[in-house]
Amino acid sequence: MRIKGYAVFALLLIGMILAACGGGGAAQNPTAAPAATEAPAATEAPAATEAPAATAAPSATEAPSGTTGTTDYSRISAELAAAFNREYEGTTVSLLHGLSGEEELRFQATFEPFEEATGITVNLVPGSSTETIAVKVEGGTIEDIVNFPQPGAMASYARQGKIIDLNQFLNPEWLQENYNQGFIDTNTVPDANGNPILGGVFQRINFKSAVWYPKAAFEEAGYTIPETWDEMVELMDQIVADGDTPWCIGIESGGATGWPATDWVEDIMLRTTSLENYDAWTRGELSFDSPEVRNAMQVLTDIWFNDQYVYGGRAAIASTNFGDAPTPMLQDPPQCWLHRQGNFITTFFETNVPGVEAGVDYDFFYLPPIDEQYGKPVLFAGDLFSMFNDRPEVRAVISYFTTYEAIQPWIKLGGGALSPHQNSVLEDYRSDLERRMAETILNADSARFDGSDLMPGEVGAGSFWKGMTDYVSGSANLDQALETIQNGWANVQR
Amino acid sequence: MATMATTRPGRRSGSRLLRDVLINGSLAILCILWLIPLLGLLISSFRERADIATSGWWTIFPHREYVTESQIDLGRGFPVDQPITLDQLGVTVTDDQLRAGYTLPDGRRVIWANRRARLIDVQSQQWAANTNFTLGNYQAVLLGQQYTYTLEDGSTRTEQGENMGKAFLNSLTVTIPATVIPILLAAFAAYAFAWMRFPGRRLMFAMVVGLLVIPSQVAMIPLLRTFSGMQVTGTFLALWLVHTGFGLSLAIYLLYNYISGLPREILESAFIDGASPFTMFMRLILPLSVPALASFAIFQFMWVWNDYLNALIFLGSAPDQQVVTIKLAQMIGSRGQDWHLLTAGGFVSMVLPLIVFFSLQRYFVRGLLAGSVKG
Amino acid sequence: MIQQTSEADKRPVPSPAAGALLTGQFLVGLLGLAVTLGLLWLGFIYLRGARETSVLNAVIAIVWGVGGVGALFVTGNTVIESLPPYWRDRVRPFLFFLPGVGILFLFLMIPTLITLYQSFFNNDTTEFVGLNNYIATFTDRSMLESFRNNLIWLFLGTAGCVVLGLLIAVLADRSRFEVVAKAIIFLPMAISLVGASVIWRFMYAYAPPGQPQIGLQNAIITAFGIPPQSWLTLQPWNNLFLILVMIWGSTGFAMVLFSAALKGVPADITEAAQVDGATEVQTFFQIIIPYIQGTILTVTTTIAIGTLKIFDVVYVMTGGQYGTSVVGTEFYRQFFTNRNFGYGSAIAIVLFIAISPVIVYNLRQLQKQEGF
Repeated sequence: MRIKGYAVFALLLIGMILAACGGGGAAQNPTAAPAATEAPAATEAPAATEAPAATAAPSATEAPSGTTGTTDYSRISAELAAAFNREYEGTTVSLLHGLSGEEELRFQATFEPFEEATGITVNLVPGSSTETIAVKVEGGTIEDIVNFPQPGAMASYARQGKIIDLNQFLNPEWLQENYNQGFIDTNTVPDANGNPILGGVFQRINFKSAVWYPKAAFEEAGYTIPETWDEMVELMDQIVADGDTPWCIGIESGGATGWPATDWVEDIMLRTTSLENYDAWTRGELSFDSPEVRNAMQVLTDIWFNDQYVYGGRAAIASTNFGDAPTPMLQDPPQCWLHRQGNFITTFFETNVPGVEAGVDYDFFYLPPIDEQYGKPVLFAGDLFSMFNDRPEVRAVISYFTTYEAIQPWIKLGGGALSPHQNSVLEDYRSDLERRMAETILNADSARFDGSDLMPGEVGAGSFWKGMTDYVSGSANLDQALETIQNGWANVQR
Repeated sequence: MATMATTRPGRRSGSRLLRDVLINGSLAILCILWLIPLLGLLISSFRERADIATSGWWTIFPHREYVTESQIDLGRGFPVDQPITLDQLGVTVTDDQLRAGYTLPDGRRVIWANRRARLIDVQSQQWAANTNFTLGNYQAVLLGQQYTYTLEDGSTRTEQGENMGKAFLNSLTVTIPATVIPILLAAFAAYAFAWMRFPGRRLMFAMVVGLLVIPSQVAMIPLLRTFSGMQVTGTFLALWLVHTGFGLSLAIYLLYNYISGLPREILESAFIDGASPFTMFMRLILPLSVPALASFAIFQFMWVWNDYLNALIFLGSAPDQQVVTIKLAQMIGSRGQDWHLLTAGGFVSMVLPLIVFFSLQRYFVRGLLAGSVKG
Repeated sequence: MIQQTSEADKRPVPSPAAGALLTGQFLVGLLGLAVTLGLLWLGFIYLRGARETSVLNAVIAIVWGVGGVGALFVTGNTVIESLPPYWRDRVRPFLFFLPGVGILFLFLMIPTLITLYQSFFNNDTTEFVGLNNYIATFTDRSMLESFRNNLIWLFLGTAGCVVLGLLIAVLADRSRFEVVAKAIIFLPMAISLVGASVIWRFMYAYAPPGQPQIGLQNAIITAFGIPPQSWLTLQPWNNLFLILVMIWGSTGFAMVLFSAALKGVPADITEAAQVDGATEVQTFFQIIIPYIQGTILTVTTTIAIGTLKIFDVVYVMTGGQYGTSVVGTEFYRQFFTNRNFGYGSAIAIVLFIAISPVIVYNLRQLQKQEGF
């Protein structure tokens, strides 16, 4: 029953894509063909970085009649070209992911064209969690590909030598061409011997430096979108003077409670110190006890611990679920006016307050800069895919993720995914809101990945969350909280 | 006890009545306390998500609520930093009073409707009940959730998720063997520990009790390695073995305590009749232990039925192997945005364990043991 | 081997040629045993391959598991019964306890020993660190907090479950609504943990003052004019609210066992006491309690161990934050979040050591009972 439904859905999608690409699908096979022959030999060679058909045919990119979103697969990796030549037909690649519900269906949809064209079956295994990944890796039953929401978690497996270096077969030129360098650097991590490897690639990303506001009421109230931090503070005071509360904040998230707080700290860090310091901080070289971090914490404290600024006061922050937090903002009249969160939060807007409309009832503005010398940095996060078992067809699937086609079906359906690929087609986005976000990230002069996701899981998904929660809930003062967080680094494996 | 009282005519019926009232009354209070959380869940499972998030579940019962009868518009920009005189009502109130709600002498209340717009609600208390019910949550859980997409051409397409039928079958396939196998093994072992002497008995019993405390997570990784070597990971067999292993120590421990407590006269009389330990076990111990066996069966059934982690790791989450717990977890969305479905899902998944409980409950028959002593 | 007082000594010598091997029976039993083992192996191979669900496979599995174990005992017993009495009494216990204890040994004991071994190593078991992990366990601030909380759980959680379970079992036993009452108390056992966490979300939910409260506790206290509380972050009381969830969920367990034990109290004993003029309360404390003390010990032990192992409730409700972490959540954090297997293992072993007094006490009881 389900399968039948998917099949119909898949056909529809394929139809859509074929229509959009104007025969691009047909053009794929011929371009892939020449490179395919030299493929499998590259598997063993560690020095393969320069090898496989990398510079094969630069002219091939232009081949399919200038259509957007169509790629010459032989330029990406020999295996991908071979796959589109149906050389791996009948093979199966397993992929462990953490999606469920509607997102899972959208994710499944993204593989339909690939499976159709290559004959490779991508077996999607839901239920990824810190625990399942850890147990499966140790037990030797880990899937071929794992979807990590955090590069930091991936990095700790890389350090144990469990992750395959994607540089072995991916063409570095292609990567540099299709990804912002920051996206590649994010996923370049040391292996067991300390040598840098490419541990994963991004298939989709999300935008984090967004402040959401109830657009209609906001305009009616005569408020204007702040361009600087000071303007934002003025706006906050204005809202207080008008008898309302500016911010809705909630960091409760079950076992992951505290993560929304880390996003705030990162966004503030990017706005109050240099990128070098930010990078050093995410690598553990700049201590949580440093003046830079303390300053960022102070900026956060000034807003969060001021009961006039936060809906429900400080006490509400730790006990409010992050998904429920923005709901008062969308009530009529709004109970609060600002909410800082990644773009995925719109899913919650629509389920919690049925009928709200993007761009009408709510919209976002870029979290304003604090210190102009640091420009307008963007904080983002993303889903990366790492390889645990090295087989040609697995290489092909991973290679596919570096192309816009791998996410295009989802983009066209809408629903929270943004493409990290330079060859993405902005017109494909379903809403103006998503398009603006994608544009902001792709064109940002400085974009940095979510710092807590970059830190090893021990800190980024451990002591950082816990320390922030302790601080906000009052069970630790600033010194104790920073000490707890910094101690997380002691657990990190070298 | 109740039957005993009737056999004693000397008792005055007045004190018996008091005793009955006392017993049943305190039991009723405890039961109500126990039911309140469940009632909340049951009621919520029939409510719309937005309602769940904005009003308490008890508001479905008739209650007094302030209902707006009229509004007073002061006009935008009306100064609120000084007491506000409401001519219509003949009162003067402050801003703070309006925020909290100010009760008028006639029982009505004034409160800001929209402070920014300087709009005041005049409310009176009325009986109200939130009776906006839906079957949507159950529909989504039982028949599969519906997802609607808007395609590029503006048309919408609705996807129907898979229903629960298969997941129920999978859960049963996991649960029944994982309940029955450990019970039989444990009964034999418990009998040996209780009524036989053999070298290392104490040491081994110490091990059984000691293993009770081991969190199952400790054993997971080594077990998964072993199972992968035996190529059983991903099969139901793996999960049966795991649950058998994890359930056994408690089973042996519980059954040991029950079996060792059986009156020794019964067993002695059986020995005198020349029964072998095996026959005695089959003919006497097992039947006498039915209440204990049934209790353990119930617990093991619940644990296996509600287990999520072991199922995820040893069986996997592929659509054709998903058990009910995994299916439910998949339903609530990656970010937990559809958690309200759990209200209905919780009840749906409770049905089978409750059937098991009620069908095994009748084995706790009064005087099962006493009867056999007399007989 | 230690003591010669096995049951055989007390019972009259069984009929025919005791003292000799019954060759025919022995061979038949041996053959049966071999066939059973063979069938079990075949079943194993089949079930290993059976990856799809079907009612048929479920039935085969039940027959394989239950029937196989049964057949193993029957054929094994046939073999043993054919042995000379001296060997018979020495081998028989092994037939009875070995299958169960063997599986326990394979599935829990060996993995635990591996864990013990790991606890002396660093995070990925590559470097011997001696007792460092254990030292860390007793010096880490969050571990100390966990120990404190676990003690609170141990005393309040166990006492709550045992007392309420016994009270309800006794009341239900004397009530006309026994089945209904027991079913109600038992209901929480039937619900999964995720379900339970949703339920208690409706109990402890917090909304800022002035907003409608959707949590029952806050709705009640705000009705009395007390400002709403964020129960799960209210230190140190939040531990009590978590324990409440566990008591709500686990009292059914205690009640069912107590109820079964109460049914086992012979009616004539209590009748005799009452004829002698004992009040019901006296009967309860002087006759019934001593009679079911074995069960009380069992239930207390099981629940006490449960409270020491407590993980689910805390993990789902607070994730071990706001000063509610327990050893279970710390273990989980070290083992899975930090993947520090050495430290995590050390915590598990400390947990094991913490429970040893209970084990020793249980063994003393075992010693007192001494079979016949």
